Amino acid sequence: MVDTVENAFATPDAQQPWSELGLKAEEYASIRAILGRRPTGCELAMYSVMWSEHCSYKSSKVHLRRFGVLEPHTPRGPLLAGIGQQAGVVDVGNGLAVTFKIESHNHPSYVEPYQGAATGIGGIVRDIIAMGARPIAVMDPLRFGPLDAPDTARVLPGVVAGVGGYGNCLGLPNVGGEVIFDPTYYGNPLVNALCVGVLNHDGMYTNAATGVGNKVILFGSATGGDGIGGASILASETFDADGPAKRPSVQVGDPFMEKLLIEACLELFDADLIVGIQDFGAAGISCATSEMAAAGDGGMHVDLDLVVLRDPTLSPEEILMSESQERMMAVVTPENVDAFMAICAKWDVLATVIGEVIDGDRLIIDYHGERVVDVDPRTVADDGPVYQRPLARPSWIDALNADGAENLPRPASGDELGDQVLALAGSPNLCDKSWIADQYDRYVRGNTVLAQPEDSGLIRLDEETGLGIALSTDNNPRFCLLNPYLGAQLALGESYRNVATTGAEPVAITDCLNFGSPEDPDVMWQFQESIMGLVDGCQALGTPVTGGNVSFYNQTDGTNIHPTPVVGMLGVIDDVADRIPMGFAHPGDAVVLLGETKEELSGSSWADVVHGHLGGMPPAPNLDAERALGRVLIAASKARLLSSAHDLADGGLSQALVESALRKNLGVALTLPDGDPAVALFSESAARVLVSVSGEHYLAFAALCGEHGVPMERLGEVVADPVIEVRGQFMLDLADIRARWEAPIRDAMGAH
Amino acid sequence: MTRIGVVTFPGSLDDHDAARAVTLAGATPVPLWHAAHDLEKVDAVILPGGFSYGDYLRCGAIARFSPIMTEVIAAADRGLPVLGICNGFQVLCESHLLPGALIRNDVRTFVCRDQALRVESRDTVWTCAMAEAQEITIVLKNGEGGYIADAETLARLEGENQVVFRYLGHNPNGSMNDIAGITNARGNVVGLMPHPEHNMEELTGPSLDGRLFFDSLLAFVAAAT
Repeated sequence: MVDTVENAFATPDAQQPWSELGLKAEEYASIRAILGRRPTGCELAMYSVMWSEHCSYKSSKVHLRRFGVLEPHTPRGPLLAGIGQQAGVVDVGNGLAVTFKIESHNHPSYVEPYQGAATGIGGIVRDIIAMGARPIAVMDPLRFGPLDAPDTARVLPGVVAGVGGYGNCLGLPNVGGEVIFDPTYYGNPLVNALCVGVLNHDGMYTNAATGVGNKVILFGSATGGDGIGGASILASETFDADGPAKRPSVQVGDPFMEKLLIEACLELFDADLIVGIQDFGAAGISCATSEMAAAGDGGMHVDLDLVVLRDPTLSPEEILMSESQERMMAVVTPENVDAFMAICAKWDVLATVIGEVIDGDRLIIDYHGERVVDVDPRTVADDGPVYQRPLARPSWIDALNADGAENLPRPASGDELGDQVLALAGSPNLCDKSWIADQYDRYVRGNTVLAQPEDSGLIRLDEETGLGIALSTDNNPRFCLLNPYLGAQLALGESYRNVATTGAEPVAITDCLNFGSPEDPDVMWQFQESIMGLVDGCQALGTPVTGGNVSFYNQTDGTNIHPTPVVGMLGVIDDVADRIPMGFAHPGDAVVLLGETKEELSGSSWADVVHGHLGGMPPAPNLDAERALGRVLIAASKARLLSSAHDLADGGLSQALVESALRKNLGVALTLPDGDPAVALFSESAARVLVSVSGEHYLAFAALCGEHGVPMERLGEVVADPVIEVRGQFMLDLADIRARWEAPIRDAMGAH
Repeated sequence: MTRIGVVTFPGSLDDHDAARAVTLAGATPVPLWHAAHDLEKVDAVILPGGFSYGDYLRCGAIARFSPIMTEVIAAADRGLPVLGICNGFQVLCESHLLPGALIRNDVRTFVCRDQALRVESRDTVWTCAMAEAQEITIVLKNGEGGYIADAETLARLEGENQVVFRYLGHNPNGSMNDIAGITNARGNVVGLMPHPEHNMEELTGPSLDGRLFFDSLLAFVAAAT
């Protein structure tokens, strides 16, 4: 029997499964107080998913408010949409706007790597469509347990195939991301997905259900039993030793349907047939109806039995909670319904009118004529619980910070130095990632100017003018463990630098905040510190936060992941033809190091690979220096002064030399600056870039660096011989470096 | 101006790119809808890459029965130039305009790479401006690109100069005889797994070798009229 509102009044003391649905006793009490009665089964289902950590941000809300101090302004003009919208929107000029957002799909990707990752891509792409944009590219920052761990052999290929299987089938180029291995991600991989879209700058849509009498249309896939409570429950709990018992909770994706949905939506936008639109993410119909009604100017009435089902045995509660993929909801004026249906029919997209906007402020849902939901939608969507979780500076952090890598033994000879350069190049975190990247289509849509392994993904928006955008995602979790405030700023600085290194002006960020359990005070402290680091950093760089995502409970068997606030930076470039690639290009070009190198070895790849060490304080971020460096790179790009530019990050100068040389198989001969050669090669000081510049442009470039106060040091020159020669220290053949660099992932995955 | 039709099936992805390539080559792209029966008097047709009908059943198996393919098959039999790229190649095989089939890559993964090819035959509408044994670089990106055919078919293709492109270096997908593309006996229908439409601009592709396909077609059309 269906549990109706009437029944709820009649049986106030009926036992309800609030605990099984993840609600706390006080949360259940609060729902009863809001309603003035016990909730119906359907209402309980709605509140439970919408008040989950994943949907309500109940542990993070008080901290996320700090982003509010950032001016909604980018270096290119005002933000058109920011935090709280489905995705941020930035005006990029020429009448165009860009929307971008990053999200996590961590827990489902551990339980079922292929579908978890695939639906992660699907979900973020729908967020971008819902802003009125055509999605144009994706990126995927990934974190796994150790490369040689048995479960990584299950998780990594599955995740990569899922990202590729879904993204490739949508026709979206994958232009970048990251792959990082660390023991703390064993049992808790991070699968973050970023999507970027483009729209006319006056073509933005919101999710507001406005206009009494307007129709509510559900379109896309039929609703099934997959993913009931998937993201909302799965991503809101800790995995325990019993392992993945929640397999049926993982959603199953159909990228073909999503491709049709994209094309149908774009035609609907063009024909101006939509009042408001929202994608279905976590919490399915519960989320879409309550959020759209809450954002609107009236109430909403829905007949739940009109929802087309894949599985006719679903209960109304399950229909409300289903996280079946590839669904959207639109509000449409009655006179436009026929035209709306015609476009959906053209694309073979199922569409059903299931309700309408009504007078008043109630969300009312009937099921076969019986009232099963009667709530104020704001209490579901906006007024979830807010927790001020206890936080405390971890007791272990002083000891960790005191154990600096600067005290570790340094290489004693040139040969040993060379061996360490090779060891770094052949380590899982620094090695060739092409086994992964080559499973992604980077060419489709024909506007990809740069893609991985370049410093940022660069996409052309306008074929006439060459206007384009750059994107980079970055985070070094080891730095974040040592100091989450500085670590977050280092991630921000690195993404800023990566975008500028390709010649684009950094304008705004999205962030994916991946952390352990919020019920652990150490984790909440890391979370707060990271946010403060980002807020202060964004203020210094002038780049607002446009939105993003929080993923908590990344913890397995009591071990939290390293704090991992991934930063996705968007940049704008006036003409993509000015882009600067990473690889050395011409023998004879001068090889120049920009920025200042300090003795900063703690948290470095060198400390990790050579000594298995993690301790000390991370390098000091220097955001003023990042800005100055950015100005030099952007000006040099416009004036076409540089042959190549590559950011120094993990592995320092050593790895930058390796990657710049391997890209086009051109060698380099150089002399290290005075001082300890290990510091010169392996320090990971921020705000540094390695460039190559022709003799013709050298003086102009030096003048530019002088003008902006960016330190430069000429190290040597690009050579035709395929070697890296560090004079007085060692000489390595590129062939040997390449063999070491290409091997780790291919070997681990059994590829040939 | 030469009019080149680009078919859009549900799930086509590189239709947009193929149309741009047509424009860059100096011809006029004409969008053709899968559910239509009208070829709009085009001088040639491109079946683009993608996942038509979600690759359900088998790659290209459903597209083959779309209304537009009825027209394409009939016109191809009359000599209309048809180029099938990737999924388009799969559709051509399913339509029996070309022999053989494409199966899952032997490496079991999707492969995206800049692929070196050797031109084996310039005796087709789409390769007549290339040089015999010319080495070109064309983007390859697919999950099911392994070309197979029975021994008799393979012998006929090899014997009658119907192998048009062969992979150079490492065979990326386990194709028999390193076959990357083939033609029909008449030379008007060519199918290949690599994507010439991604090799039209220096900024966005690894080479400009895709232009040779269009140079060939335009030379053929000019000679024929």
